[in-house]
Amino acid sequence: MVPLVLEAFAKIVFMFLLIMGFVPLLIWAERKGSAFIQDRTGPNRAAVLGIRLAGLVHPIADVLKLVFKEDVVPAQRHRFLYAFAPMLVMVVAMSTYAVIPFGDYLEIGGRRIPLVVADLKVGMLYILAIASLGTYGVALGGWASNSKYTFLGAMRSTASMISYEITMALSLLGLFMIFGTLQITQIVAGQGELIWGWLPRWGIVVQPVGFLLFIAAVYAETNRTPFDMTERDSEIVAGYHTEYSSLKFALFFMAEYAHMVVAAALIAALFFGGYQIPWLPRSLLEAHAGMLLTGSLAAGGGLSLVVAWLYFRRARRERGWYNDSREREPGFLGAVAALVGLGLLGSLTLAPWSVGAAGASIFVTVAQTGCFIAKVAFFAWLFIWVRWTVPSFRYDQVMRLGWQIMLPVGLLNLAATAVWLVIAHR
Amino acid sequence: MPYKGLPEVVTTRRRSFWESAYFVEICKGLAVTGRHLLRNLLHTGEMPTVQYPEQRRDYGPRFRGRHRLLQREDGSPRCVACMMCSTVCPADCIEIVAAEHADPAIEKYPASFTIDLLRCVYCGLCEEACPCDAIRMDTGIYEIAADNRQAFVVDKDFLLHNDKDGTL
Repeated sequence: MVPLVLEAFAKIVFMFLLIMGFVPLLIWAERKGSAFIQDRTGPNRAAVLGIRLAGLVHPIADVLKLVFKEDVVPAQRHRFLYAFAPMLVMVVAMSTYAVIPFGDYLEIGGRRIPLVVADLKVGMLYILAIASLGTYGVALGGWASNSKYTFLGAMRSTASMISYEITMALSLLGLFMIFGTLQITQIVAGQGELIWGWLPRWGIVVQPVGFLLFIAAVYAETNRTPFDMTERDSEIVAGYHTEYSSLKFALFFMAEYAHMVVAAALIAALFFGGYQIPWLPRSLLEAHAGMLLTGSLAAGGGLSLVVAWLYFRRARRERGWYNDSREREPGFLGAVAALVGLGLLGSLTLAPWSVGAAGASIFVTVAQTGCFIAKVAFFAWLFIWVRWTVPSFRYDQVMRLGWQIMLPVGLLNLAATAVWLVIAHR
Repeated sequence: MPYKGLPEVVTTRRRSFWESAYFVEICKGLAVTGRHLLRNLLHTGEMPTVQYPEQRRDYGPRFRGRHRLLQREDGSPRCVACMMCSTVCPADCIEIVAAEHADPAIEKYPASFTIDLLRCVYCGLCEEACPCDAIRMDTGIYEIAADNRQAFVVDKDFLLHNDKDGTL
């Protein structure tokens, strides 16, 4: 019993750190990425001892600022709901992760630890339920603030939730029918197979229309451009969080990015094979663990040394540019990269090519989790990329797209999948 | 029809099927923004942004910055307190108190010469009006900042020894 609780606790902590680590990175990527897309340089001023990390210090400064700001609250608010709404949004954003696997299992000392916090048999229903609960926080926050802009934002959020929840469920139904299960771990495991011996059986391959519908619905659910009508600042100030300030606003703000990470993780898990590394199934990884581990350590070490060399070259070139502590930065980063590279190369002396069974299992887990995180990072970045590319839809366009286009297409896709399954399994 | 040549009704082109399906068009847009992103990532130094406090744009020699008073060879102001500049000044920011000069060849000199930099509109008319080239706006200083209004009223000594520093 005790090890079970410890395992669960460790997995929860890992997931929590994963999300909370992603949030500031995404805020940074949003600011810096949007800047680069628009030919600006973006934030690059905040520094700790001259180390600016290309603006990565800014999210920390932002959060510190929000924490120490005065909490201005509207006088006519609903006291309990006003404080409760941001917490609800954050809790909902966090709890979706419980059913998303970040690796298949870890085998240590004869114990087989599944790498998912809660492997629910109805995992997909849980996700749909929790996702629609997210709107409650927005709606309550908008209502409790007692302001017309927040109210309009809340109303729009509810409308888009009702419209797109159906499409989201419909787009996933095809996936359930093909994999025959609601369990997320099973769906991800099923995507490890190959069709015709070379094509990974990913969700996007078996359900391309479902993927397009799902990604649009998920963008609507997370209130991101082009479906950002709940907080469109040219129309309704800041939408549902207009009246929020200080730490409560920070919670809403972080929850928005946490929702993006959830959505990215869902897309990765359901349509892009989750933790599955294409053409490298677990059996293959375990069989050649020693060789692969040696190879990746050497490659990682070599790459770090190259990066270190580039930074040192830059440090030499930029000497005298600023005449202050900022000149330390490239040298510092180069030293870090050199240390990492030397550490990785140094670990080669521990003979990783003759790694044991437990070591192989850990290696497989690290590789698969890394693959999952890479996929999540890409789709989280896609959210930002799309936001700075596409203009947003008008309110009526969002409704029309949801009800008149996506819903019928979703139903047609479902019917087509059913017909195809009947023909294929006859 | 008051405006000839303009269409009476603005008609929008009908979107084709693929355009109204959005996804293809969004991917094209992503390619455009992605190109900008990659170009800026790979050539960070070529971005047009001026990293202001460290880098500065070069302004032309005609740029009108903070004023300065020119000196004679003995260090006294070249100004003869003729009041041309304070008369022509549209913002009325120059105040001169004239006094008799010891040298009979020079009629007057400014006992005090103050400019209120907050009222100045940097039009340069004082330069144009000056008959003996005593006031110029060629310091190139444009960062004029202080934490109280009184500091912006600068006097003769300040204007005679105008160094290249923005702080007042």
